[in-house]
Amino acid sequence: MQLLQYLASRIVAYLAVLFIGVTITFFLPRLMPSDPIEGYIAQMQNQAGQTITPEAMDALRIQLRRLYGLEGSLVEQYFNYINKVVLQFDFGPSLYSYPRPVAEFIWTALPWTLGLLGVSIVIAWVIGNFIGLLAGFFHNSRFATTLEVVGVVLYPIPYYILALVLILQFAYIWQWFPLSTTIRPGPLTWDKVSAIIYNSFLPAMTLILAGFGWNILSMKALAFATKEEPYVVFARLKGVKPRRIMTRYVFRNATLPQITALALSIGTIFNGALLTEILFSYPGLGLLMRTAIGSGDFNLMYGTIIVSIFSVATAAFVIDLIYPLIDPRIRLR
Amino acid sequence: MKLNLRLKLGIVILLILTIGSFTLPFFTDVNPSEQGTYFRNMPASRNHPLGTNSIGQDIFWYLVFSLRNSLVLGVGVSFFAVIISLLLGLSSGYIGGVYDRIIMLVTDSFIAIPSFPILIVLGTLIRGQTSFWYLGTVLVIFGWAWNARTVRSMALSLREREFINTARFSGSSTMEIILYEIFPHVYAYLVVGFINSILFVINTEAALAVIGLSNVEVPTLGSIIFWALNYNAMFIGQYMWIVAPVVTTVLLFLGLFLTSTGYNQLFATRRGHS
Repeated sequence: MQLLQYLASRIVAYLAVLFIGVTITFFLPRLMPSDPIEGYIAQMQNQAGQTITPEAMDALRIQLRRLYGLEGSLVEQYFNYINKVVLQFDFGPSLYSYPRPVAEFIWTALPWTLGLLGVSIVIAWVIGNFIGLLAGFFHNSRFATTLEVVGVVLYPIPYYILALVLILQFAYIWQWFPLSTTIRPGPLTWDKVSAIIYNSFLPAMTLILAGFGWNILSMKALAFATKEEPYVVFARLKGVKPRRIMTRYVFRNATLPQITALALSIGTIFNGALLTEILFSYPGLGLLMRTAIGSGDFNLMYGTIIVSIFSVATAAFVIDLIYPLIDPRIRLR
Repeated sequence: MKLNLRLKLGIVILLILTIGSFTLPFFTDVNPSEQGTYFRNMPASRNHPLGTNSIGQDIFWYLVFSLRNSLVLGVGVSFFAVIISLLLGLSSGYIGGVYDRIIMLVTDSFIAIPSFPILIVLGTLIRGQTSFWYLGTVLVIFGWAWNARTVRSMALSLREREFINTARFSGSSTMEIILYEIFPHVYAYLVVGFINSILFVINTEAALAVIGLSNVEVPTLGSIIFWALNYNAMFIGQYMWIVAPVVTTVLLFLGLFLTSTGYNQLFATRRGHS
């Protein structure tokens, strides 16, 4: 019963994230003081030297409205948008590379983002939590204080600063890694795999370092608190080896809040990943978004955003689904 | 009241940066973002503590104005974000029931939604005419959720305490209980939340500015990096142009973070003793 209740609440939360995310993306741009279509028309007029006839302009305006999905009342637009974009995943053709569909671009970019994010989140979580566990469990030693200082210094540094520092140091001054990503298309050979790792190293490093801070500090606090729990004291008095206490008694219990926290912070990590991709020209969703902005490709832009919201919500949902496997209390009761 | 090391360090850093960036602009009548005010690419000297960049701006003055603008934006937005989170968090924790569930669902959604892509769209659509007011409003929309969650859990645990019952039985209204009984206990978390919110706002604006989607004509900690990257500061050896804002940003964020955790620690020990 407990498990069913838990699942139901997670599914509701999943749908709520999707609904609110999609609704905000629809309404915020429409509540803006400026009209993108009038701006575009003014720009075209300037380029054409005011030679467009008023009739042609009206036709253009109607066409642009259709293209941007701005026909009819706000409510009609909204339901059209939900129906087309959310239910059918149809983002239309790319406006810049017409008529290639937007979905095609997204499917090429998505694996890059997911791969980069997946690998770096796992590494940052595992190593960061391990360091945090050590720092919290041996909180009296000087070694632990050093580890904590590392966490305190790393945590507030934003993604773009980490990315810039890594680029400056490793790609520009030492030239160990490339300044921006260049991976030739082709079959997946050993050479290509090593090229991918070589090119992904710095972006991944950025995300891992950024993830360290939070994991270290939060795990340290949790491990420190768990260490004083009566069952841990009992285990110590019973003569359980410290190492076993640390891994089986403290770590397993302190992990649970860390997993919940990970599910909540996926969105923030994703934000950082987008920015990192843009700064490293890494061929994922972030760079695609940048391209879409640069070329004014409205459909591509909306496509990438909806896919972003879907990926983040789904990732958090999957973590929520894994949670009962790790926390027996939800399963058994 | 004994200040801990983190709080001391944090406050010192913040004081230096804040006082510096708010008073120094009175000593100059130069518009820092105007190009060609000085000779280009001058090394650091008495007149130009950090040198000038390749479009003839004084890096030091640009940095001072950037810091000030970023701080103003951060504090202003955080103020409103904290008020919203306070109202929603307190009411949701105290009233409970269906209201609480709905508010928490919305709050968790706002935490989970990746705000950056949405901000990117907005930034694109209003490119060139992004007013700081508009940007600020949007940042408030994405900035209140974390604090609302903390405040709510505080209110939830306070609701069951004896003194709340006493207040209720002696005839206080819901609003009075929230304001006079619960708020004083939530206040310390609010300070921490406020500082964290400043971090979030400055960071988000800077991140947008770095890729050119905020109003890059206004000097902020992000726009200075945008211009440095735009003019390839690294390739032409203008290290100071990019290193100076990077160091300042790290210092500011470290100062804010140390203050917030230090304050949290201080408050936790005080609660422990009383």
